[in-house]
Amino acid sequence: MSDATYSGAGKGRSSLTTADARTAKRNAAEKRFRFYGLAAIGAGMFFLVVLLTAIVSNGIGAFQQTFIEVPVYLDEQALDPNGNRDPADMRKVSTFGYNPLIQTALYQQVRDAGIETSYEDAGDMKALLSASAAAEVRDWVLENPGRIGDTVTFELLASSRVDGYLKDRVSRDSIVNDRNIDAGHLDLVDALQADGALHKSFNPGFIFGSDASESRAEQAGLGVSMLGSLFMMLVVLVLALPIGVAASIYLEEFAPKNRITDIIEVNISNLAAVPSIVFGILGLAAFIQFAHLPQSAPLVGGLVLTLMTLPTIIISTRASLKAVPPSIRDAALGVGASKMQATFHHVLPLAMPGILTGTIIGLAQALGETAPLLLIGMVGYIATNYPDGIVSGFMAPNSAMPAQIYEWAKRADPAYYERAWGGIIILLVFLLIMNVIAVVLRRKFERRW
Amino acid sequence: MQSVKLAASAIAIAAVSASAAAARDNVQVAGSSTVLPYASIVAEAFGENFDFPTPVVESGGSSAGLSRFCEGVGENTIDIANASRAIREREIEACAENGVTDIIETRIGYDGIVFASQIDGPEFTAFEPADWFNALGAQVLVDGEIVDNPHTNWAEFNSDLPDVEIAAFIPGTRHGTREVFEEKVLLQGCEDTGAMEAMIAGGMSEDDAEDACMAVRTDGLSVDIDGDYTETLARIGSNSDGVGVFGLAFYENNTDTLKVATMSGVEPSTESIASGEYPVSRPLFFYIKKAHIGVIPGLKEYAEFFVSNEIAGPNGPLANYGLVSDPELEATQQKIADEETMGSSM
Repeated sequence: MSDATYSGAGKGRSSLTTADARTAKRNAAEKRFRFYGLAAIGAGMFFLVVLLTAIVSNGIGAFQQTFIEVPVYLDEQALDPNGNRDPADMRKVSTFGYNPLIQTALYQQVRDAGIETSYEDAGDMKALLSASAAAEVRDWVLENPGRIGDTVTFELLASSRVDGYLKDRVSRDSIVNDRNIDAGHLDLVDALQADGALHKSFNPGFIFGSDASESRAEQAGLGVSMLGSLFMMLVVLVLALPIGVAASIYLEEFAPKNRITDIIEVNISNLAAVPSIVFGILGLAAFIQFAHLPQSAPLVGGLVLTLMTLPTIIISTRASLKAVPPSIRDAALGVGASKMQATFHHVLPLAMPGILTGTIIGLAQALGETAPLLLIGMVGYIATNYPDGIVSGFMAPNSAMPAQIYEWAKRADPAYYERAWGGIIILLVFLLIMNVIAVVLRRKFERRW
Repeated sequence: MQSVKLAASAIAIAAVSASAAAARDNVQVAGSSTVLPYASIVAEAFGENFDFPTPVVESGGSSAGLSRFCEGVGENTIDIANASRAIREREIEACAENGVTDIIETRIGYDGIVFASQIDGPEFTAFEPADWFNALGAQVLVDGEIVDNPHTNWAEFNSDLPDVEIAAFIPGTRHGTREVFEEKVLLQGCEDTGAMEAMIAGGMSEDDAEDACMAVRTDGLSVDIDGDYTETLARIGSNSDGVGVFGLAFYENNTDTLKVATMSGVEPSTESIASGEYPVSRPLFFYIKKAHIGVIPGLKEYAEFFVSNEIAGPNGPLANYGLVSDPELEATQQKIADEETMGSSM
């Protein structure tokens, strides 16, 4: 603005073609600023790339697992001593009764393949197989009692150490002090791999399976906690969307503008900034200790996350209601619509894309939230049983994806560390999908005035 | 309108599910994070072998677990509390106030506490309790006098130890492990170095001297870890001079990155702990609410399964994972079979 009256600082002599010192300085300042901006973006991108590479390189291994094909002879003497194929009798043989059969089968397989080994006893080879093998065989036998007496080939999970060896996490040097496996076992693994009985392949169990105990990292999966997250998100959607939208419509369209509504507004904005752990302890006090809802239930988790998501939804809904031009309301009121008709027939539909985007962003935030779940008992060895139905989906103890990842990261076996990274990949995929949906909705329905 | 309907249906769902809460069919366990791995192994095998659903095991610490256990009787409270220490008198009283009077105490075995450092780090291979007291005590004995701990280097008080700065990562006060560390290492070291005698000679009562012995310096050379052993491992991973306190089972899962030191000349292992040679170990427990037996399906079966020879015996999966089996396991089995509560046995 002062350009018009600027008469030149250089003692009356200034040229339009050559920059004087002050112009050069200003130009340099601008160049520097652009460079700072580019550097900031560059740094951001660099960290993003580092983060994604770290996540993918650490976690991708979790989607593959080592399996060993073992032909197991289902000995009638051991599995059905009475010989009557009565399920009740067969259930009495626990997994401990199955272990020797499987170990003998593996031993026999090694012998038949002509692999040289120093192990004399079948029990010495149990370090190769996951402890889940017996349960897998037992479940199959109880379902197919007619096959007792046959030799059936099972694809059994290898133990986490063997799996780590194929994934370069475990080496001959690193197991020197390891009590669970020794170098002879790794020689066997090499030989079995050459023989074709041992292979690494895609592991659907990681995506669809349930949590496993500390001693069976190879068996753990994210499936049950995914369902837990799903049921929690349902609760959040069903409660937070109507409550949030109703609150914002009232505040934006109907409420008188006075001190009380001002206070409410300020407090909603404050609530959005409250640390999520606060909602967790509130949920513990209100829903579990006072209302006596069950511990670890996705219903309670959903209620807590609803409290956390409400301010986000209210703020974004109010913003999108505000963005609808007043002329729309005036026109509707002008042709005789009631205030409610004007709001529900005209303003709300126009604000809907913004509301949905806000809701999805709020849900995505809730999906990745761990802190409040710590306090309502969703961390531990929880996500083990698939829910039987809708009610049990809401009420039966379950975990959530981020809580499960946190739990895995705490466990002693390094194989769980890999699974935690793998879980993060799945969680990120979900968040990405939700954000893409939000962007698409906004693009598709957004109207500019 | 639609939102009103949605809200109404949401309330209806909540109401239906609240009534469904009355029927709990799985065992709920909470407590010590040290017992959690063992409890999860048992719960998993229990779910596989019985027709009951897999029990739910939450962590959170011994004290938190016992306080939830003592909240009262009913399906909305937990059935079993895991603890890495015995229940305290105060907690028994709190339980009784809320109607939890019949408690079955079950000792499942012993857990060793080991001292480990980076595998490529300085040669921390042999410790005595006195070393740890000299390194970490708030007040130590130097030249016959009790002074605020002046040591900053391990070699200052024991020339056999590496010449590096003291950086110790010990469990925080909310861990049951801390109590054992204080009593079996610091207090022992205090007595061994003669600091305790000097304190009492200086006019302290015996109790005060014990407390002073177990006080840890607060100048930053000793770091309390309130998280889990994975956090201690990470701290040691980034500090090659660091020494940390771990559970035996955790160490055995991470032998590729950690090297363990002997304590009083004994190497920690399930054998040396079982024989009592290795000095730093503690019993692990779980507590059963007797009022829930017969109400919660599978509770007694789970408890019996936990202490059965197949599970908790010397060759069972728990021993494989690092638990030191209890030589008196049979008595414990009998105790659960008879549902013998704490009051009746005392």
